[in-house]
Amino acid sequence: MARNKEALLLLIDVGPSMHNVLPEIERVCSTLIEKKLIYSKYDEVGVILFGTQDTKNELTKEVGGYEHVMVLRNIGVVDGNVLEVLQPLPRGTFPGDFLDAIIVGMDMLIKKYGPTNMGKKRLCLITNAQCPTKDPYEGTKEDQVTIIADQMTAQAMKMESIVVRGRIGAEANEKIMDENDRLLNIFSKRTRAKLVHVESPISLLGALKTRNINPVTIFRGDLEVSPKMKIKIWVYKKTTEEKIPTLKKYSDRAPPTDKFATHEVKVDYQYKRVEDPNKFVPPEQRIKGYRYGPQVVPISSAEWDAVKFKPEKSVKLLGFTDAENIMRHYYMKDVNIFIPEPGNTRAILAVSALARAMKEANKVAIVRCVWRQGQGSVVVGVLTPNISGRENIPDSFYFNVLPFAEDVREFQFPSFSNFPDSWLPTEQQQEAADNFVRMFDLAPPGKEEALPPDLTPNPVLERFYRCLEVKWNNPDAAVPPLDETLRKITESDPELLSHNESVLDEFRRAFELKENPKLKGSSRQLLREKPSGSNGGEDCAMIHVQSANRDTNEATSSIKIEKVGDITPIQDFEAMISRRDGPNWVDKAITEMKNKIFYLVEDSYDGDNYPKAAECLVAIRKACILEQEPKQFNDFLRHLCKFCKEKNLRSFNEFLAAKELTLISKSEAPDSSEVTEDEARSFVVKSEPMLE
Amino acid sequence: MMDLDPDDIFRDEDDDLGNEFYEKEATKELAVYLVDASPKMFSSTSPNEDGKDETHFDVALSCISQSLKTQIINRSYDEVAICFFNTREKKNLQDLNGVYLFNVADRDYLDRPTARLIKEFDLIEESFTKEIGSKYGIVSGSRENSLYNALWVAQALLRKGSVKTACKRMLLFTNEDDPFGSFKGASKIDMIRTTLQRAKDARDLGISIELLPLGRPEEEFNVSLFYADLIGLEGDELAQFIPSAGEKLEDMKDQLRKRMFKKRIVRKINFLIANGLSIELNTYALIRPTVPGAITWLDSVTNRALKAERSFFCADTGALLQESTKRIQIYKNETIKLSVDELSEIKRISTGNLRLLGFKPLSCLKDYHNLRPSTFLFPSDEDIIGSTRLFIAVHRSMLRLKRFGVAFYGSSSRPQLVALVAQEEIIIAGGQVEPPGMHMIYLPYSDDIRDIEELHSDSNGTAPCATDEQIKNAAALMKRIDLKDFSVCQFANPALQRHYAVLQALALEEDEIPDINDETVPDEEGMSRPGVVKSLEEFKLSVYGENYQEENGPGKAVDASKKRKAAAELAAKESAIHDWGELADNGKLKDLTVAQLKCYLTAHNLPVAGKKEALISRILTHMGK
Repeated sequence: MARNKEALLLLIDVGPSMHNVLPEIERVCSTLIEKKLIYSKYDEVGVILFGTQDTKNELTKEVGGYEHVMVLRNIGVVDGNVLEVLQPLPRGTFPGDFLDAIIVGMDMLIKKYGPTNMGKKRLCLITNAQCPTKDPYEGTKEDQVTIIADQMTAQAMKMESIVVRGRIGAEANEKIMDENDRLLNIFSKRTRAKLVHVESPISLLGALKTRNINPVTIFRGDLEVSPKMKIKIWVYKKTTEEKIPTLKKYSDRAPPTDKFATHEVKVDYQYKRVEDPNKFVPPEQRIKGYRYGPQVVPISSAEWDAVKFKPEKSVKLLGFTDAENIMRHYYMKDVNIFIPEPGNTRAILAVSALARAMKEANKVAIVRCVWRQGQGSVVVGVLTPNISGRENIPDSFYFNVLPFAEDVREFQFPSFSNFPDSWLPTEQQQEAADNFVRMFDLAPPGKEEALPPDLTPNPVLERFYRCLEVKWNNPDAAVPPLDETLRKITESDPELLSHNESVLDEFRRAFELKENPKLKGSSRQLLREKPSGSNGGEDCAMIHVQSANRDTNEATSSIKIEKVGDITPIQDFEAMISRRDGPNWVDKAITEMKNKIFYLVEDSYDGDNYPKAAECLVAIRKACILEQEPKQFNDFLRHLCKFCKEKNLRSFNEFLAAKELTLISKSEAPDSSEVTEDEARSFVVKSEPMLE
Repeated sequence: MMDLDPDDIFRDEDDDLGNEFYEKEATKELAVYLVDASPKMFSSTSPNEDGKDETHFDVALSCISQSLKTQIINRSYDEVAICFFNTREKKNLQDLNGVYLFNVADRDYLDRPTARLIKEFDLIEESFTKEIGSKYGIVSGSRENSLYNALWVAQALLRKGSVKTACKRMLLFTNEDDPFGSFKGASKIDMIRTTLQRAKDARDLGISIELLPLGRPEEEFNVSLFYADLIGLEGDELAQFIPSAGEKLEDMKDQLRKRMFKKRIVRKINFLIANGLSIELNTYALIRPTVPGAITWLDSVTNRALKAERSFFCADTGALLQESTKRIQIYKNETIKLSVDELSEIKRISTGNLRLLGFKPLSCLKDYHNLRPSTFLFPSDEDIIGSTRLFIAVHRSMLRLKRFGVAFYGSSSRPQLVALVAQEEIIIAGGQVEPPGMHMIYLPYSDDIRDIEELHSDSNGTAPCATDEQIKNAAALMKRIDLKDFSVCQFANPALQRHYAVLQALALEEDEIPDINDETVPDEEGMSRPGVVKSLEEFKLSVYGENYQEENGPGKAVDASKKRKAAAELAAKESAIHDWGELADNGKLKDLTVAQLKCYLTAHNLPVAGKKEALISRILTHMGK
């Protein structure tokens, strides 16, 4: 048994009131399994459903009861099979009893592991806790839960409960919910159990930690308040960026018959003299050179070790200061946490006293840290109090790295008050902005905060692991689109927008934005990156277009159109494309116009820009026929339709179909188009199935 | 020449792909410092921090010296020239009067700063009067015009390099706001006209002229007398120009130093606010860790730089490969192939814009919601007119309502949620300490946050919590050790200072490496003041109790070393059973078990790691066989 092997039991409520969130549960559990398949292949996983039509568990055979609890998969080493049983999850027909499920789960863990695998046994309960639990044979429900919780502690099991509530929860009896919440709370008080309430599909996806990392301390030792007063602490990372794993380079050289080929690529470095490229310099003849201005100073490792900065391992307090002295934007890195040495009452009390005193007086502590012996640098950082909200968790400090003098660039910026009046908001505009900031609220009182970092998963990671799964099934499959629920992280919430429509409209009306007429060159193009979901076709080359003749035109260009603006895009475009003072204007104009159309479509609200975008399309279509560039237009139109489809802007495709905008066919551009008339005409209409 | 540092290359590939997060220094900067050396620069004095009198000339020198030192660390590819005007001696390629170019050996006038330049420039004060001398070079009645000459010399130096790839600047230090004040009538108009024309020619060549005026509170530098026209200030810009005249000389120095930096825009981004309303922002990297420069491998015989060549081999066949665009990941026992394009496609979940999602009260931004240094946002009306106005309105509302914005930043390397925190301008003693704008703070995802607190939660019962009495003692202690004027970046990085002190000494072939002062160590003297000691004792007593011994500090170590000693003794006994010499001679060591071999190693305090063969050879080596 691998030492860090974890045994995880998923307890999933599939009763009728849960049906609307099961897709998200399927997704998050799949990501969890997909990560396990890469990072912890030896972990063991089991799945229990409750609220099912059927009953299938050992306890019901042995002692009876425990109906509608179904062991979907027994505990076993994680494999692709788990993914199959999770997708889709069967929809249940009975109200689920989470206590029954917990007991069945514990029974399975005890039978399988007995007292072994301490601390690596985890139950993960996902439910809305809206259905009543059964009354025990004797005693109260509270007594029963207390006994279960104590048993859990004795068996060193951990439990995580994710309770789905609020907007996505179903209508339910409040009394029952309150009772269930109380019962679940007993778990988190009496044993190592975590309880999270989630109110949105995104939080549901973020609530379950999909990767189980065993944290390691980066420092254990004294926090020296003074040489005479020390506090025993442990330091861990509190945040750290989880990345896509680093992939290996692939080599296709191994013969296909070689079953054991690794397909890996090895990298080799060779150092040669600049003046004699055929001469290799062996490692022992190399010496490190350090740059100082134009000079490179050679220093051997031994010499360097003798002279370099060598601070002693220590964490020392420099003093306290007002919290407002340390502005939030000075935090430099990911965050550490200082916890008092576990089990050391004195340390826990000392940290608690300091943390609470700091909190009360709104102070922070400045500390100097050298985490390891031999570390060549010191870190100065700030400790902020983290007062525990739970009885069984001691107080602690968060630690953020602060910049040194060398790390700060003191650029000066003009004061807003020195700006001309035309740049400053009027009273009316200010009021509109105030209302906007007030109403566009992601954390309204009494509701769950939207997109809290602690419950918002990384959509890229989810997409990556799903992509592996898709490619495993079909190596030639395309990258799957972003999950619909997770896409909501990247865009503003349409519900919130429509709720505050009047405030928004007023805000929009209050501020007039217009393109700067005296624009130079192609700076605007830099603003756009490839739209998401594109496959990198050449029609996206818009970012790369350079206005090569910028300099030659500078003198005269003030009256000539160089850009497709917001106000009169078609006229600008036509003016630009008909310029003959340089070879690149046609391309540039077409590219600009493509950009503009993308922009219009993407920024459209409820289709309000569609007519304008369509007009632009007509103009660019006409021009592409005249300029014999039908491919440019056809590729663009295909790309645009695909883009709209992926970005959920299908309504634009429909709009185009209604306007009968088609590809440029052979009959229109006989020399250069390869699109037949039929194909052209049927393109937009057919585009849905065609692009599938 | 390519600088390849293996440590560098082994970094995560993805980090290098379009990592716009760390500023790319696309253009290099060419700067000429024009320092007025007229007698007036020496006559205006103010006491400095130490109470010694310092002239405006000293201030200018000290600013330049500081900036050179920063430059050689941070931007050593930038080139710089130092040019005095209104001097007695002359030294310049055009042989113009009243202009003296300062330089050291092995260096062009306009060149990268070297260790020697910095060192000799620091000593210039001593030799200045003797070798360069101060003499006002604009005298009525003569056609001499040292300012004109200085502009000409600087412009000639800046002819180097193309405007496309380099940013060219002149930085002019002076305390004379009316250089042609002594002139009258036509000759005055003429002098002014030719000088302004000279400056305009330079500006037309893409050279920016920046004025660093030195003034005094009682004698403000009036920029509109002459210099506004010279540096090309118009209308609104003139109103925004801040004549720096700090109350204290130190403050002025500070301001000048800040103004010598060229603001570098990292990116221009579109900030989509709602329903198609979008404004233009520039992003700046105000805070980024400065690290020692990359290393270069040298040939230890010739001390010449080496060229690193990277080659790829197929691990299965050994064939030499081109760099592959396919990547693999083992998943469910299969090798999953992904192209580099597919990988970036996965990451592309939004456009490169910044999209506002809403606002939250500042209390929702926790101290652990941080991953990387923040990025500063400032509006621009360059492309979209009205951006600044809208930005300011939202900025003010956010400050007033104590809210921060939540937005999605679709960068190609790591698309993520960000917090936009409005920062009000802070001015202390006439100088800007915090610029107005918004700071973009990169928020973690739930995948990035770890539940450490829960890790050691007390499974049965409750964790101890400080009593009011203990908190009171802690508060009293806090008051005693208060850093009143703490400013975030007051410490120099001792490791970096040491690094460059060593390099400087070696570059100049000095024997001694100067000691650097580690400013980050605690103030021991302050800590041992009776008041502090008393409150420390009280706090200690209240949380640790009376009978507190320096627990387990050495305790654990003692245990561990006792164990180790016992083990060694046992091993010695065990190993004495065998006649090792004989076993070794007969080649019978291999018949012993690993455990038996380890006894010998432990008894002789040798490492016990490795396979059996390794253990045997280690024993043989130890016995000298």
